[in-house]
Amino acid sequence: MKTYRSLAEIQKAIASGNITCKQLVEQYLQVINEKSHLNVFLEVFAEEAIAKADVVDEKIRAGRQGRLAGMVISLKDVLCYKGHRLQAGSRILEGFVSQFTGTAVQRLLDEDAIVIGRTNCDEFAMGSSSENSAYGPVVNAAGEKRVPGGSSGGSAVSVQSDMCLLSLGTDTGGSVRQPASFCGIVGYKPTYSRISRYGLLAYASSFDTIGTFAHTIEDTALTLEIMAGHDDYDSTVSHEPVLPYSTLLSNNKKYKIAYLKEPLASPEISAPVKGAVEDAITWLKNDGHTVEPVEFNYLDYVLPTYYILTTAEASSNLSRYDGVKYGYRSKSHVNLETMYKKSRSEAFGKEVQRRILLGTFVLSASYYDAFYTKALKARKLIQQATRDILKEYDFIILPTSPTVAFKLGEHTKNPLEMYLADLFTVQASVAGVPAISIPYGEDNEGMPIGLQLIADAFQEEKLLAFSRHILNARKKG
Amino acid sequence: MKIDKDTLHKLAHLARLELDPSNEKEMLNSLSEILTWVEKLNELDTKDVDPLVSMSYELNAFREDKVTEELPREEGLANAPRHDDKFFIVPKVIE
Repeated sequence: MKTYRSLAEIQKAIASGNITCKQLVEQYLQVINEKSHLNVFLEVFAEEAIAKADVVDEKIRAGRQGRLAGMVISLKDVLCYKGHRLQAGSRILEGFVSQFTGTAVQRLLDEDAIVIGRTNCDEFAMGSSSENSAYGPVVNAAGEKRVPGGSSGGSAVSVQSDMCLLSLGTDTGGSVRQPASFCGIVGYKPTYSRISRYGLLAYASSFDTIGTFAHTIEDTALTLEIMAGHDDYDSTVSHEPVLPYSTLLSNNKKYKIAYLKEPLASPEISAPVKGAVEDAITWLKNDGHTVEPVEFNYLDYVLPTYYILTTAEASSNLSRYDGVKYGYRSKSHVNLETMYKKSRSEAFGKEVQRRILLGTFVLSASYYDAFYTKALKARKLIQQATRDILKEYDFIILPTSPTVAFKLGEHTKNPLEMYLADLFTVQASVAGVPAISIPYGEDNEGMPIGLQLIADAFQEEKLLAFSRHILNARKKG
Repeated sequence: MKIDKDTLHKLAHLARLELDPSNEKEMLNSLSEILTWVEKLNELDTKDVDPLVSMSYELNAFREDKVTEELPREEGLANAPRHDDKFFIVPKVIE
């Protein structure tokens, strides 16, 4: 069984008659079946994916296929796909069936992508290890006692272990980049507002972005250019023109790159991760780029800012789950108020309830200014400081995560410990700028390490092209 | 900052949650710990800083307001735990 890790490779194999789309789907289904213990999928759309593959094969024979013919994808369990169940890894959406397909998903379907299933994740995308799902933890294929990262852990492992070619996840504070780093693949978070969020279950609306997991920058760029751009159904999506990113990937420019001093000096960073970033700095210098240390005085403030603002937004966004319009309703209520309370308390997990309570607190009349307004001001400072660096430098590099994938259960007791897993990813989310995690070596136990690159807003083509250059040049050795 | 039991109960009521008594203490401790941790922001001088209230890079985006049927009633009701052919059904609110 040959493993395909890029769309170009698949399309070539199909064109030369080595495989059909249907055989490809069957191959993925076989892997999903063999590796079901990784707990990646909450639901596999087996028959439907095979039927769709037949249609795509027919289209290819007739020469009428879309640009993504041969691409099989999975969807994080927070993205609406009409006629399919959706649960956000939560019991509160038990039985929910999407009445429409989200814009990003629809645009991929229109180009003949095939959806093979929906993937497990932290409940409502709240978590950094994918252990916080009502349907059990996801396991990292690189080390089966390890977490895959989170919250889009199922999506990451589905790509890592060849259950599909690409996956859509969501990144609010690192939920695509951190699992990509833990699983040794490419994870991309575009500029805030680059991709429509119509049909994405909201967690923290001023942070949420749809992102991708892939093996190659080419596939990342192609799907981004197809999904991005304005949409009548999302008033927050940007009207900035979408470039054909996949055709703008050649790059031999010499850049000015900043590396932040504070992450490397952080008590949280592990030796192998620090070593990898130092190696990257040397490698980039040898490759002819200017790489300079830069101060970023807000590292200690990014997570507190992030947690105040995201919990505030979550407490508001999650008020819609009330047992009236959809999902779970408790049987033990006596009136409307107890129906709300019992439904929400019985069906939301502990971490979701904690964040709703925190958000309610920071938005409450007595504490609004001291916490919520303060965090909005801190966000302004962090955004400014980040974009000031990006005015002078083309990219910021830093580790994606302080450590490699940690062990299952290692941080589940203490929420603060778990929050620290996002220490280096939240900066780009707080600032709203694009960021990527690319694989950059392994520790001595074979666990993948990710290197993170950040660019200024809407500089997707530059960020993607440079990431591809690094990956290709390092592959050549 | 530490929060007390009364505050926790008030928050739970506002958020329409009902805390399991066996989890109450743990929730109280973790909330207090997290709030103490986020108070680190008080170290930042934000006297002359405007709060960042919108992440949009653009001003308002308008489109024409057209009447369309996006979701037929039947489909809109289909996911509800209790409904008839026209309405969501909830416990009696007005006697």
